[in-house]
This record gives sequence, structure tokens and C-alpha cells, in this order.
Amino acid sequence: MKNFCSSVYSWVDERLGLAELQALARHKTVPWHAHSFWYYWGGLSLMFFVLQAVTGMLLLVYYRPGPEAYESVRQITYDTHFGWLIRSLHSWGANLMIAAVGIHMFSVFFMKAYRKPREFGWWSGLGLLGLGMGFGFSGYLLPMDELAYFATTVGLDIPSGLPVIGSKMAALVRGGLEVNEHTVQRFSTLHVIVLPLLFLPLLGFHLYLVQRHGNAVPPSEESKPAAQRQAIPFFPHFLMKDMVMWLIAINLLAVMAAIYPWDLGPQADSLKPAPVGIHPEWYFMSQFQVLKMLGHWVPGKAGEFAGLGLFTVALVAWMLVPLYDTSRQAGRRARNTTVFGLLLLLATIATTIWGYLAL
Amino acid sequence: MNPPKPPSPPEAQGCGNRRTFVRVAAGGVGLCYAAAFAYPVYRYLESPVEKSASLAAVSEVSLPEAHKLAPGTALMFKFGSRPALLIHHPDDEWVALIAVCTHLGCTVQYQGDQDRIYCACHGGVYNARTGGNVSGPPPKPLERLEVKRTESAVVVSRPARTA
Repeated sequence: MKNFCSSVYSWVDERLGLAELQALARHKTVPWHAHSFWYYWGGLSLMFFVLQAVTGMLLLVYYRPGPEAYESVRQITYDTHFGWLIRSLHSWGANLMIAAVGIHMFSVFFMKAYRKPREFGWWSGLGLLGLGMGFGFSGYLLPMDELAYFATTVGLDIPSGLPVIGSKMAALVRGGLEVNEHTVQRFSTLHVIVLPLLFLPLLGFHLYLVQRHGNAVPPSEESKPAAQRQAIPFFPHFLMKDMVMWLIAINLLAVMAAIYPWDLGPQADSLKPAPVGIHPEWYFMSQFQVLKMLGHWVPGKAGEFAGLGLFTVALVAWMLVPLYDTSRQAGRRARNTTVFGLLLLLATIATTIWGYLAL
Repeated sequence: MNPPKPPSPPEAQGCGNRRTFVRVAAGGVGLCYAAAFAYPVYRYLESPVEKSASLAAVSEVSLPEAHKLAPGTALMFKFGSRPALLIHHPDDEWVALIAVCTHLGCTVQYQGDQDRIYCACHGGVYNARTGGNVSGPPPKPLERLEVKRTESAVVVSRPARTA
């Protein structure tokens, strides 16, 4: 038996080069220091993405986009065994994924892991975040309940404030002048075909870069002499720790999905007024509140315009950080960047809390 | 997750036992965990099967207006989830059969001019009165149903022995 296994192994190895992969796994190490905890968050984001793909495929077994969208989600939630659980796992998983990605991004930022040669890691990561938010926005409409309807109405109304092309673009995305069954059909195509096709190669690129450059160490660790730095093997040591984190995360997700099953509101009805107290999900809350504030101070389209301008400037600055903070030495630019990140983080948290208090 | 190393293994055998125990226990817990996920997924995917099985469990179907069926013609209807065939023979004999070919499950048709039931998929032929397999690949006869005629309808039911 043992002989047979080893001859099968060597047959495959000769053709696929398994030994090289093994060597790769043996040599891969992860720096081990006071801030190593933050290395888990990329893997957690990845694990959540895989879970989203699995639960998403399961939902697609019964989901019907178009005029029957609401009815099919109602059937999934109430008529199908464990349908409520699968749907809750997908909804809660989306939230936890965005949270894990957010933590991953800020930890990368504060550990200055975007510096040479990891600029493309930063940019591809931001691209993945953008696509992830696209997943969130398009997926939110799919149940076609009241909340989904108004969230999409509002979400598409914001870019329609752009001059000249804005309203044309929004109508094209919507497939009409208001949200209707064509919108659901489009968003579902976007959500299950277009976005995954864009996301997966970008994710592959991102992971390839991680493999190529290895984990970045924070400046505090970099300043130590090489002899004082420690590392642990990736396989199996770090992977085991990774898996413990995944297990904790999956259990957390399962508990949330089981105790707080995701709600399905009343069916969307274009004749009904928006319910009082309607608000976006937490990850759009900060932008929502900023737009609301600007709307108070600068009424009309000008306020929306100012808001979009502000977001664009902040996003561009955030993207260009690797080109500004380039030096390995602690200096003015490094300090400025950290302060910028802290301000942005604080502003996001503050406007989010403010948004909830102002409901 | 690493099997914990016992403090200074005194005997190779004892060490092996403890390690085996931890491995088997960890594997068992892992299997239970996987099953806890697999079970809801299985039930979720199996939901429509359950529904169609409960539909198929129907034991009687009433066909209003079917008593007006002209002699020498037939009528397709749903018996539970499966297609069925009601034949009114020229000599006023009424026959009802499950219209699913016993070969590979195609839906069969009544050919009145040749007094036979025919499956177009692989050329199976059945007797139009008994449902018996006459020629072609079908391995066994079509499933027969009982027919009762009332004033206003034809009632088709599952024979008592298979119900």
C-alpha cells in the first residue's frame, strides 16, 4: 500500500512538480513579533470570501431574479429547509467580510506595508475593496424588499447628481428611470457573473504578490538588527493559527446567523413612501452622514457635489499614499501619513456613530 | 491544533498511544464539525425532492369531464408528480397507467391506430390494455392504476397493494 502511494505520488510529482511546491511551503515563513496578530486579517477576509462564494452558490440554486425575485427569497427564507440559515450566513458573512477587510486595510496602512515593493499589493487591495463594496451594493437589492428598494434608489440617485453623464449613467445601470425588475436582473448578473469575473483574477494577483514579497514588517520591527527578528514557518505553524482564527470566525458567524436571522421586509412597492428611520448598512453610514451634513450646510445639488468631491479627494489621497510615504526611515512624511490615516479612521468612526445617533 | 508533545516521552509506546488518541479525537471532532455544516446544506438542497415526493404520494386523482373522452382516444394527466395516461378503448374498456417508460423514464404515448403504447426515445412498445412490455428495451410493464367511473368524472387511484 505504502509502495503504491509513493509510486502514485512520484508519477504526479514528475508531471506537476509537487516537490517544488513542498519546498516553497517549507521555506515560507511569517515574521513573529508584537504586531503579528494583524497578519490574520487578510486570511480571514479570504476565508469570508470563500464562504460568500459557497453560500452564494447555494442561494443561487433557488433565487430567481426579475419579477419573481421577492417571492423566491420569501420561499428560500420560509419554505425551504435551512434556507433562512443559508441566507443569514450570506448576509452576515458579507458584513463580517467587509469588517475583516476594513481591519486588514487599516492594519496594512499603519504597519506601512504599502511601501516599496508592495505598492501593487496596496492598489490591488483597494481594488478588491471597491469590488467588495460593489458586491455589497448589488447584492443588497436582490431580495427586492422595501429596504433593498430604497437603498438602491438612494444609492443610484447620488451618482446621478454628476453633471451631463450622471443621470444617463444611473438610468442605464437601473434599466429604467426608477428601480424595477430590470434593475434586479441586472444587479444579479453583476453580482454573480461580472463582479466575480473581475474579483477572482485580482484576488489571484493580490495573493501572488503576498507570496512573492512575503509579509511586511512594521517600522518598529524593521529598525531591529536582523538577528533579533523572529519568524515562524508558515506551514504548518502559521496555517494552524490561521485556521484557529477561521474557526473562531465561522463560529461567530454561525451564532449570529442562527440567533439573529436576517430579516426579509415587506415586498418593494413603488407607491409606498419610504419607511421612517430608513438608513444604510453600517459600512455606508459614514458617507451617508457626511452627505447629510453637507446637505444641511450646502443645500441642493451643490451639497451632494461637495460630498462626492470630498470622497474623491480622500480616496485619491488614500490610493497615492505609497507614492508619498516612500522612505524606510522615520521622517516627516512617514509621520504625516500616520496622522492622515488616524484622522481618516477617527473621522469614519465618528461620522458612523453620529449617523446612528442622528437617526 | 498541533498534537501537544507529552513532557519527555519515557517510552516510545506510551508516546505513540497518546499521539494516536489526540489525532483520532481531533479527527472525530473535525468530522462532527463538518457534519454540522453538511446536514443543513443537504436538507436545503433536498427540499424540493421532499415536496415532489409528498406530491407523488397522492393515492387518488379525480378527472372531471374525463368521462366524455371519445372511444379510441387517450388523455394525459398528472398523477401526483408523474404523468399518467387515461385510455378509453373502442370497446369501452377504461385503462389508466403511469406514463413513465420503465426503460429510462421517457413519457410514453398512446397510439390508438396501432392499439399500443409507444415510447419514442428507444422504441419500447407496451400493451395498451395491460401495460405489459411487448417489445423493445423496457424491462417491465407500466405501472397500472385503477379506474372508477362516476356520473361526472373518472376517478383514478393507486391499486391497494402498492399504496
